[in-house]
Amino acid sequence: MPRYLTIKDHARETHLFGQRAVIAFVIIVLLMLTIVSRLVYLQVINHEHYETLSHKNRVKIVSVPPTRGLIYDRNGVLLAENIPSFSLELTPEQVSNMDDTLSRLRKIIAISDEDIEHFLRLIKQKRRFDSVPLRFRLNEEEVARFAVNRYRFPGVDIEARLIRYYPRGKLGVHVIGYVGRIDETELQRIDNANYSATTHIGKLGVERSYEDILHGQVGFQEAEVNAQGRTLRILNETPAIPGKNLYLNIDIEMQALADRALGKYRGSIVAMAPKSGEVLTLLSKPGYDPNPFVTGIDNKSYQALRTSKDKPLFNRSLLGQYPPGSTVKPFIGLAGLEAGLGKQSTFCPGWYELQGDDHRYRDWKKQGHGETDLDVAIVESCDVYFYELAHRLKIDRIHDFMIRFGFGQKTGIDIIGELTGLMPSADWKRRERRQAWFPGETLITGIGQGFTLTTPLQLASATATLAMHGQRVQPNVLHATQASADSEPVLRETTYLKPIELKDPAHWHRIIHAMTRVMHSERGTARRSGAGAKYTIAGKTGTAQVFGVAQDAEYEAEELDERLRDHSLFIAFAPAEDPQIAIAVIAENAGSGSATAAPIARKLIDYYLLRNQ
Amino acid sequence: MLEGYQSRHSRGFSIARSLHIDLTLLVGLLMIASLGLVILYSASNQNIDIIYRQLTRLGVAFGIMLIIAQVPPRQLQFWTPWLFGIGVILLIAVLSGFGVVSKGAQRWLDLGLFRFQPSEIIKITLPMMLAWYLNDAALPPRPKRILVCGLLIIVPTLLIAKQPDLGTALLIASSGVFVILLSGIRWRFVFASIFTAVAAAPLLWYFMHDYQRRRVLTFLNPENDPLGAGWHIVQSKIAIGSGGTYGKGWLNGSQSHLEFLPERSTDFIFAVYGEEFGLMGVVVLLLMYLFVIARGLYIAAQAQDTFGRLLAGSIAITFFFSIFVNIGMVTGLLPVVGLPLPIVSYGGTSMVTLMIAFGILMSVHTHRKLLSQ
Repeated sequence: MPRYLTIKDHARETHLFGQRAVIAFVIIVLLMLTIVSRLVYLQVINHEHYETLSHKNRVKIVSVPPTRGLIYDRNGVLLAENIPSFSLELTPEQVSNMDDTLSRLRKIIAISDEDIEHFLRLIKQKRRFDSVPLRFRLNEEEVARFAVNRYRFPGVDIEARLIRYYPRGKLGVHVIGYVGRIDETELQRIDNANYSATTHIGKLGVERSYEDILHGQVGFQEAEVNAQGRTLRILNETPAIPGKNLYLNIDIEMQALADRALGKYRGSIVAMAPKSGEVLTLLSKPGYDPNPFVTGIDNKSYQALRTSKDKPLFNRSLLGQYPPGSTVKPFIGLAGLEAGLGKQSTFCPGWYELQGDDHRYRDWKKQGHGETDLDVAIVESCDVYFYELAHRLKIDRIHDFMIRFGFGQKTGIDIIGELTGLMPSADWKRRERRQAWFPGETLITGIGQGFTLTTPLQLASATATLAMHGQRVQPNVLHATQASADSEPVLRETTYLKPIELKDPAHWHRIIHAMTRVMHSERGTARRSGAGAKYTIAGKTGTAQVFGVAQDAEYEAEELDERLRDHSLFIAFAPAEDPQIAIAVIAENAGSGSATAAPIARKLIDYYLLRNQ
Repeated sequence: MLEGYQSRHSRGFSIARSLHIDLTLLVGLLMIASLGLVILYSASNQNIDIIYRQLTRLGVAFGIMLIIAQVPPRQLQFWTPWLFGIGVILLIAVLSGFGVVSKGAQRWLDLGLFRFQPSEIIKITLPMMLAWYLNDAALPPRPKRILVCGLLIIVPTLLIAKQPDLGTALLIASSGVFVILLSGIRWRFVFASIFTAVAAAPLLWYFMHDYQRRRVLTFLNPENDPLGAGWHIVQSKIAIGSGGTYGKGWLNGSQSHLEFLPERSTDFIFAVYGEEFGLMGVVVLLLMYLFVIARGLYIAAQAQDTFGRLLAGSIAITFFFSIFVNIGMVTGLLPVVGLPLPIVSYGGTSMVTLMIAFGILMSVHTHRKLLSQ
């Protein structure tokens, strides 16, 4: 191995090395200063920024759903409560393969396609770390089956949630409504923060109309989590504020009585306190059990309800638009009095003819009522008298007077979705039908047929106004709200509407007197229903044609299809001198008002006025 | 002079001297090791078992250091070419299929009783080899010798880079380069090699594995991929930055304790420290390191022959280099290459190697007088 023989200069090498060592040390110190300045940048200059990031890392905000407020009737009977139930929930962030997880879950727990569909929609709306329910109301066996397999499903858990339960089932459904899973349109509407932990929302009735009050305020837990999102401990908690309890004006026992009294018939019964507008009964029959809707009704049952001929889903009280029939007569009569037509009397031969028209407008009594004045016309429900009166009043005067009672308008009840009914006018017909008004149409309007449509609620409300001599209140279902079980309920204030002032207040007395005779006189159409009452009832029967009977045909109820029979209507209030209750009863296809609707009303009035005796 | 004073007046120092222990260096290392245990206790979520294991390793490593210190530099010098040769052969063995694959890299040789990384041998023997080679002739070295040195560096570096273990390859290459730099190589050669290194960067890129390339790309913009490859850097920066000037306090680092920080007892332990002890704590640790480095360079400067000088100097600078790369990586100054923080990070093999190096330093220093006599 050849070697260079170089002379080593130790002193020079030592010096050279020393020099390099010093340079190296200087560079090392400089680089250390670089690190320090980097740390100053991170730990001093940007400290706040990183501290925020660190805090966000560490703390997960977990929403806590507020407990939904309970619903009671006016006597404190529970109508909607919350019962604990187990639901299967997934946290998308912790599920690595959603499709796989779902298909494996379906092997151990029954999950419908609708559940899956709904779940997939919901997870798009929720945050990744929010727990999203997949199936509700697991039974004990399902809970156990999942518990055994839990280790196979990271991110899937069973949660105990409170779900809504309606102990009275179908009886209150059209008033109370129900809650159901939040759908997409609702998601757009609601305050996402406040509903971040809420799965259900009021869909109908009081549940929907008073959603704001019932829902409450979401609570938050600041949970310390690790990188896997596992909660280690709760750092801070802002408790949820439960929704307020609601007391309704509804007397659920009275509503149950109404339901029984209506018997086999479909229909609606609305009873209210005329002074305060408190709605005591708001029955629509048939009803349906709202409980399956809370957890997601299966499609088959839903379709059965939806397509049923009896239309159980349909809220007849607020949405049912019926021809009011003779129940409008007291109001038309009042219009006549106001127009100064009260003194006229009409001869009733059993039919009425307009001049220059050979169409015969029939009276319900084929042989006629003979010479008839207003009082008799109301007591005996003479059609011809009102044909004549309507003819004299003309349609626009009728219309203008009737809308003062709220016909053709919403009552403003505190339940979302009521319909207006229809009080026709020449103007309306031109506008909506692009046709001229015919005089004959005025006649039938006078007896509550033709275009006129009212909802049962409207009819009850107008009756209350009549009972109160024109003082109008808005019907209301909500009686009071209560922040918590031990706090004092706050009463809802009555909303007074513009009262109806007549030229002569004596006209009220005259009409009401006639109506009491409907109940309590020899010839009154509802005398059987008024018999033996311990108070004075003012009422009016009505029979609304569903099926237009041809000119010369005989009306033979028995031969008609049951669905084409007349609706039986009745309005009343009592006691006539100091009205405590006003009521409207419509029994569909039940024949004459005196036969079916009036006795039902009597039972309810008895219950309401006599129950404390 | 100082040594003479100490040996005359302190019995303890003379005992240390006869045991070939450099007390100054030992005290520095023990301070760092103690602080390291304190940090590790927190980083391991107060896992006392890990502390015991680390203590055992430290004990073994310090023991080996003291044994190595007994070996005179002359002996080391004699064995150098053999040790280096064995190291390179083992590296080749690892790559030709005898290696154990762990985490996608072939780094280990399974010797039955224990697993063993040949790259650790190279860490020590490469600077030894260069020092040995340069010791032959007068300094500064001629260009031809520099070229040979370059070759001696490149071969093991490429072998290790191929395993792949980029961090170690980088560390080893640098330790070699430091020897050349210390040998008094002219500055124009220095600049020329820097130029060459930059030019060779594409070649390095070629040898990199996908994950290494991704790390480099991620380093350039970590926030681009906050849940993937950039996670380490982002989380580590959050940990350190949120520590602030005084830190969140020992055992109070939320970042580290809530498992946001990966590899927090090993490569990223500095982030735990930075979070809990803040800038002040970090400066204290850096000063301790600087103390050890300064002592190392002092020992190098005091060494009596080229071999000892170059080897000691290289060890001191390489020690700094691994500190700088680790902290640079954890603070986001440098790409993540996977180097532990010397003496502090949890782990065995590299600690032993490090202590062997310090043993050599002690040997170089404590055998000095004997050599001159």
